[in-house]
Amino acid sequence: MLKKLLLILVLPTLAACAAGPRDANGVLDPYEGANRAMHAVNKGLDTVALRPAAAVYGGVLPKPVRDGVNNVANNLELPGDMINNLAQGRLDNFGNNFFRLIINTTLGIGGIFDPAKSFGLDHEDTDFGETLFVWGVPEGAYVELPVLGPSTERGVVGRVVDAALNPLGVILNDDQEDIASGVSIGRTLDMRYENRDLINSTLYESADSYAQLRLLYLQNRRFKLGDGEIADDFDPFGDPFAQ
Amino acid sequence: MISIRLETLLRNSLTRRQFGQGGMALGATLAASPAFALTEERARKLVEAVVADIFRVINSGRAEASMLREFERIFARYADVDLIARRTLGPDGRSASNAQINAYVSAFRGYISRKYGRRFREFIGGSVEVTDAYAEKSYFVVRTRTQLQGQAPFEVRFLVLTRNGQDKFFNLLIEGVNLMLAERTEIGAMLDKRRGNLDQLIADLRTFG
Repeated sequence: MLKKLLLILVLPTLAACAAGPRDANGVLDPYEGANRAMHAVNKGLDTVALRPAAAVYGGVLPKPVRDGVNNVANNLELPGDMINNLAQGRLDNFGNNFFRLIINTTLGIGGIFDPAKSFGLDHEDTDFGETLFVWGVPEGAYVELPVLGPSTERGVVGRVVDAALNPLGVILNDDQEDIASGVSIGRTLDMRYENRDLINSTLYESADSYAQLRLLYLQNRRFKLGDGEIADDFDPFGDPFAQ
Repeated sequence: MISIRLETLLRNSLTRRQFGQGGMALGATLAASPAFALTEERARKLVEAVVADIFRVINSGRAEASMLREFERIFARYADVDLIARRTLGPDGRSASNAQINAYVSAFRGYISRKYGRRFREFIGGSVEVTDAYAEKSYFVVRTRTQLQGQAPFEVRFLVLTRNGQDKFFNLLIEGVNLMLAERTEIGAMLDKRRGNLDQLIADLRTFG
């Protein structure tokens, strides 16, 4: 029922998604010109804002404090994750996230600590982009979004639906929403700080950071979704120069 | 069930290959001896051996330059560098001479060893554990659970084949990211920047990484 309703709402947008063959690297990128322009903007933002802010954030706050901030941000995402778990028909993940929310909000003092993990309840992170994947919606073209970075057409629709469905908008008051935004930014800074070697080498040391980021994002996203189980679609005994 | 069938298929195809290379007598011996066909067990052993060698170097406490030379030796010993390097050239490699290809393979070996070798310091205090191995298409996949200090564990898959009787890995996938493809993208961009001048790329690769 929910699935039908949502599909009717998002189908017109999805129908506008680009279709076409992927290239030898599994990439479909008809908006490459606009994407590259956005990549230049995002890279500039990283250079002047995100990278230096993350260096200060990671340098000043000790790891346990940053972990606490990440935990609160993750805990606040659980209601939205649970809606998607249900929409995907993944009741195990829903149960996991449900009990995580209860345990970490109470025993974990508002989600600052993660005692649920010691009970074997890992965070089953998800989003509406994944729900669309489970429903069989194709990935569409690659898109680099302003500030938010790499995504796909399916992922963009997912983000819009996630924002609209987010139950926190109804539950939290204004002050609480400020805290929610704050911990979410903190988590992003921590992610940038902890992965600085990989991110710096991809953005600042590769010959074509746009193409490199696009490949890393698409492959990692497909891996997380379980899309494409063949490790390497190639005959190692064939022509090595073949596409 | 499916994996058994794949393994049989693989074994048969490898045996056919060896018939062609080594003649009937040798082929018949090889066919009778399962030790010559790549198995899950051997693929797994190869990965365990390369991981052990890498950690031996990391824990040796040597100077970085000496470590990087060791990594290049390990890469040459356990990886099918020739295949990986050729694949990163893609169709651009078709117009190259044999001498250029050989020079490229050698420059690529050093470049990769330095580029990734420098990051092996992140592995200090970490571990790489083989979780399972299975046949896929004409090669084996060995899955590992890699744990670095202070990070959530992640999956690294080694793709292993047998060529000329030697087991080698020919690709790595880190959380789904295909390193051969990532390097092909990088090499392709470097070649574009040099207007397709392979000799210039070879000269530059010797100093990169």
